[in-house]
Amino acid sequence: MADEPDYSSRVALPPRTRVAVGGARDVTEALFTSGDRKKKIQGTIFLGLLLFGLSIALIAIAAMIIWAFVAGGPRLNVNLLTNVPSIVTPENAGYRTAILGTLYVIGGVILLIVPLGVGAAVYLEQFANPANKFNRFVDLNIQNLAGVPSIVFGILGLAFIVRGPLSLGFVAAAGSLTLALLVLPTVILASREAIRAVPSSIRDGSLALGATVWQAVWRQVLPAALPGILTGVILAVSRAIGEAAPLLLVGAVTFVTFNPSFFEGGYSTLPTMIYSYAKRPQEELQVLAAAGVVVMLLLLIMINSVAIYLRNRFERTW
Amino acid sequence: MSETTTPSPALPDIEVSADRVASVDTEPKNTFELRDVNVFYGQMLAVKDVSMAIPHNQITAFIGPSGCGKSTLLRSLNRMNDLIPGARVEGDVLYHGMDMYGPKVDPVQVRTVIGMVFQKPNPFPKSIYDNVAFGPRLQGRKGNLDDVVEEALRGAALWDEVKDRLKDNAYGMSGGQQQRLCIARAIAVQPDVILMDEPCSALDPVSTGRIEDLMAELKKTYTIVIVTHNMQQAARVADRTAFFTVLANDETGSRTGVLVEYDLTSKIFSKPDDERTENYVSGRFG
Repeated sequence: MADEPDYSSRVALPPRTRVAVGGARDVTEALFTSGDRKKKIQGTIFLGLLLFGLSIALIAIAAMIIWAFVAGGPRLNVNLLTNVPSIVTPENAGYRTAILGTLYVIGGVILLIVPLGVGAAVYLEQFANPANKFNRFVDLNIQNLAGVPSIVFGILGLAFIVRGPLSLGFVAAAGSLTLALLVLPTVILASREAIRAVPSSIRDGSLALGATVWQAVWRQVLPAALPGILTGVILAVSRAIGEAAPLLLVGAVTFVTFNPSFFEGGYSTLPTMIYSYAKRPQEELQVLAAAGVVVMLLLLIMINSVAIYLRNRFERTW
Repeated sequence: MSETTTPSPALPDIEVSADRVASVDTEPKNTFELRDVNVFYGQMLAVKDVSMAIPHNQITAFIGPSGCGKSTLLRSLNRMNDLIPGARVEGDVLYHGMDMYGPKVDPVQVRTVIGMVFQKPNPFPKSIYDNVAFGPRLQGRKGNLDDVVEEALRGAALWDEVKDRLKDNAYGMSGGQQQRLCIARAIAVQPDVILMDEPCSALDPVSTGRIEDLMAELKKTYTIVIVTHNMQQAARVADRTAFFTVLANDETGSRTGVLVEYDLTSKIFSKPDDERTENYVSGRFG
């Protein structure tokens, strides 16, 4: 134990923290230097643990996807996309209304979160004085909101959007608003990060040419931050597409056999439709639910591809 | 370069071209006059009691050790400090006799007349053409800006190198070219003054030499104020040099910049009045 690293020079830490801090440093150092054998072995073991953890996650995802394709296999055909839902004739039932419902809800979410989220981020990053108490309060609460469980937003949507002040009823617009509130903090935080990553010299350069702060932001900073902002929107929308819990509370459980509209009548979305099939006992409906998972994955991949294409088009390097 | 006067409700009575003609053979007029200028960042006094006159169509250099407030003072000459929360300027900053911090003065207008080139080249992530055209477009110029862009690039001695690739991204240029592009961008808005904040500190000696040559050319048209860490550069290019130093208060930990001496460059570098200046320019300090 002669080569025990010396931690005594550090501020007195509780033993547990000291071990953790020292261990973390040793492992990191071991990976970058060709230190002594003991540290090398420790580093290798730790790396192995990390890869093991990673592989568990990957295996779980792969298992789900394979299960969805195998279990839903018998129903993977065009009818699945074009036919309306039914529990009476499950062999012909499809997801048309749920796909449309999801597209409506997500379309509404995108329309709401992009201007609101980017606007809030621009204000907080470029205009707000960070020393101001109000701005710090807003800042803190956005971070808190990002950690609120999604079901809480469902209750909020039920109380204030479906009923209460807005009283929209159980319609797709209510679902959109609820999901928009849910993902708005994510979009704001990601957009702020993207805006902050634009060098301040770009902003100063435009101001020195006689641009107003607004012109500098609109013509230089925002275009440069666009790829990052789009990434944030992609992540937020991906989360919104898969959400079922808050939508259950704001009306997406309706079993609709007609095309939904935005402000009238019931609606359902893919996750809630899959849920309502999966909880029923019939074998055919289980198959249908699995096929629905495949549909949802495809929809997710499609929407993300468009977003990634857009992001790459605007991408630039500093 | 410009036959027009500067049409500006906020900055009246500045006939730029007339001044430029007049300054060729008469005693130089002063572009800036600073009287007892203090610059604060919040509670901290960054620059204290600076009084100096910066003459027209000459190059004035600010030199001094790090933290002596020379960049801060430079940024107060086009109100770039306004953008830093808590920054404020006391005393008089007169631009052609007019109070630049007066209540009716629009800082945005000030920055169109007094351009700035920064320490690190900061082209926009756009084409070379769009970089130069950005300023004129901000002023509402529409349509074909080819002439404006060509004139500005020629003015920055960059035209011949880039005329075949105006649509290329500015980030593909070398550092020295990028900095000359930033100069072209600044002169495209037809300013009266160009402030340069250590414009060569990120460049190699060859690029630095080209920018220094360019400055000698530009001073025929513009008043130039340059902050530099490089004393040889000040000695080579500047007509007048101001030496600043920093006074540290050990009790409060505050550091305040003061103007030690301001005179013709030849005098500052050969027989300065103040001992601190002599120590600095001879390399014994700083």
